[in-house]
Amino acid sequence: MNRMLAIVERELRKFFRSPTLMLTAMVFPLVQLVILGNAFGGKITDARVGVVDYDGGPEALRVHEAFDSVAANIRTFRTLPCRSDKQAQEDVRSGRLDAAVIIPPQYSRRVLAGENPKLGLVVDNSDQFLSGSLEAEVQSLTDALNQPRVPQRVANGIALQIVELYPFIEYMKYLLPGSITLAMFVSVMIGGGMLYIDDKARGVHEGWLVTPITRLELVLGLVASGALKAILAGLAITVLGSLIAGLDVIFHPVALFQLLLMIVATSFAFNAMMFLLMVRVEDPLVPRALFGILNTLLYFPSGAIYPIAAFPAWLRALASVDPFSYAVHGFKGVLLKDAGFMAIVPDLLFLFLIGTVALVLATRLFKRTL
Amino acid sequence: MNGFFHRDRAETAPAATAIRVENIVKRFGDFEAVKGISLDVLAGETFGLLGPNGAGKSTLIRMMTTLIPITSGRAWIDGHDVAADPDAVRRCMGVIPQALTSDVNLTVQENLSIYAKLYGVPREERRRSIDELLEAVDLTKWRNAETKTLSGGMRRRLEIARGLVHNPRIFFLDEPTTGLDPVSRVAVWEMLNLLKARRQLTILITTHYMDEADRLCDRIAIVDHGNLVALDTPARLKQSVPGNNVIEAQFQDPPGDWEARLTALQEVTTVQNEGSGMFRVLTTNGSRTTTELVELAVRGGVAIRTLSVQNTTLDDVFVHYTGRQLRDEQVKPVSTFMFPQPGLRP
Repeated sequence: MNRMLAIVERELRKFFRSPTLMLTAMVFPLVQLVILGNAFGGKITDARVGVVDYDGGPEALRVHEAFDSVAANIRTFRTLPCRSDKQAQEDVRSGRLDAAVIIPPQYSRRVLAGENPKLGLVVDNSDQFLSGSLEAEVQSLTDALNQPRVPQRVANGIALQIVELYPFIEYMKYLLPGSITLAMFVSVMIGGGMLYIDDKARGVHEGWLVTPITRLELVLGLVASGALKAILAGLAITVLGSLIAGLDVIFHPVALFQLLLMIVATSFAFNAMMFLLMVRVEDPLVPRALFGILNTLLYFPSGAIYPIAAFPAWLRALASVDPFSYAVHGFKGVLLKDAGFMAIVPDLLFLFLIGTVALVLATRLFKRTL
Repeated sequence: MNGFFHRDRAETAPAATAIRVENIVKRFGDFEAVKGISLDVLAGETFGLLGPNGAGKSTLIRMMTTLIPITSGRAWIDGHDVAADPDAVRRCMGVIPQALTSDVNLTVQENLSIYAKLYGVPREERRRSIDELLEAVDLTKWRNAETKTLSGGMRRRLEIARGLVHNPRIFFLDEPTTGLDPVSRVAVWEMLNLLKARRQLTILITTHYMDEADRLCDRIAIVDHGNLVALDTPARLKQSVPGNNVIEAQFQDPPGDWEARLTALQEVTTVQNEGSGMFRVLTTNGSRTTTELVELAVRGGVAIRTLSVQNTTLDDVFVHYTGRQLRDEQVKPVSTFMFPQPGLRP
């Protein structure tokens, strides 16, 4: 036990003497939180929509009025007049316009005759997000234009009433659980994986291996010290990230305790897993090369930046065994949903289980000789 | 304690054997790095493993110190079988690897303290041992300095202290002065001698420096290509090489029969005229031949411009046993002096 603590002491003394690791582990997820949180999740505004009006009649005027109302209120788009549908298509293709609406000849007459005329919408579907938003907006406008001018006395349609459990969650808040998880992963990758292999390459382990320290003491010492560093990084980013994203959950002791449990479980699982991956590695370039691959493989399928429900089946299968997914799910439960302790129990159990399995395997694989 | 070894040792080995290696072999795939070496190191002696890089001496020391598995053969350290009881071996030995492996971000004191804890040294003993070692390696005033601020020689002294922090009986050092300047090397030698005397250590040291082996070691094993090619005291090894001294002298305008007159001196075996007044005189008695040579020059009115006398060195021993130089760049003058020349300022 004392030998294990000696390894922990050594690692932590080095860690506090050189704060680079802490800063590196925190800066990357914080930058991601701020940049992605602001870049994504916002609504489309001021898109340029060209209008080609071949009709000029009263019903076309209603369309113009509806567009003007959008431009004056939610400002999803503003309209620009176009001379012809060909020019409009060319402008959309060249990027001068984001979309174009074509009001065909005889539109007003056909509306009044009940012939269901069609408005044309030309979109640049190379940008799915923008074209999707404009399509939805124009569709809702046409739905509104289709409403009878005199309301029916008895409503016979079906309406959907949406009940939102939580106040509106900005994308930055949605990202925060992933950012906390990512901070711990970066800390583990640098403080656990890279430093371990660097020490090995420098011959530091040779010095340890000639002492009577046991294999288990050495592995536990390295995993525990790596986990402590990741816990510190996790706590720091939880506090800073919550303040940046405007979450007050960190001021509630019960939630804070649940967050601490999640941070401890995540740090332990990540460190044990990293140690298992690195236990037989000798080349210092390997953890550096693996960093990007592991980041993509573990972080992106976790639901940290996009919902798992949108993934294809094989990616969902990957997410189901990805410790990142459980960490992100648990942090979301505490940070965004106030879901209670029982909601994070499965996540905690999975993380501790995978950490323990990785630790046992790593200890068995650890070579007590050079 | 290993019962087999003690029973076996009582029958076949001297009671004071600290390290015993029997027919030890190490293979890496098809390559045989150590080819069946056997040797005994007596308690209290400083034993040198001498050989060029790649000779197998580091592999041998790594097998003895439990760092790599032994392919075949056996080794005992302080009576403990290396393969069967590695933990007991680790407790009774200190090891300084070839590379400088102290943590550069930790202080001198922290480095020692952490290693003492790894060896399970109790707190009070730890404090006492660290104080004593810092004083012995002359690093007391640097105890709170970060290791990265130390010079190479100081870091090596720290490593020596680190290897002794648990008060082992046997001390392994793998090329402890490689990369150090001459002054630092001498400082390391002096500290090793001091620590050996204070702690009654048995030291096994690997080196490719002849002077280091000559100065430090009671006995030397010459290792080449994984084989033990010679093992004895430095003096006996040197005696085993024919010819004891080489005198190199340069004369001012020697007469034509000068080579013959030098050959006629007592105990001279060979004289080689190398031109420009330079002669190499091989003799079995360097001091006597030197005196006679100087007297001959004075009598003949021949000025001596330079004179150097070389003893037979371990380098000659190495060449004798292996047929090649230990290190190409190594030079071996023992003493060189200039005679004052009339009309020349010193």
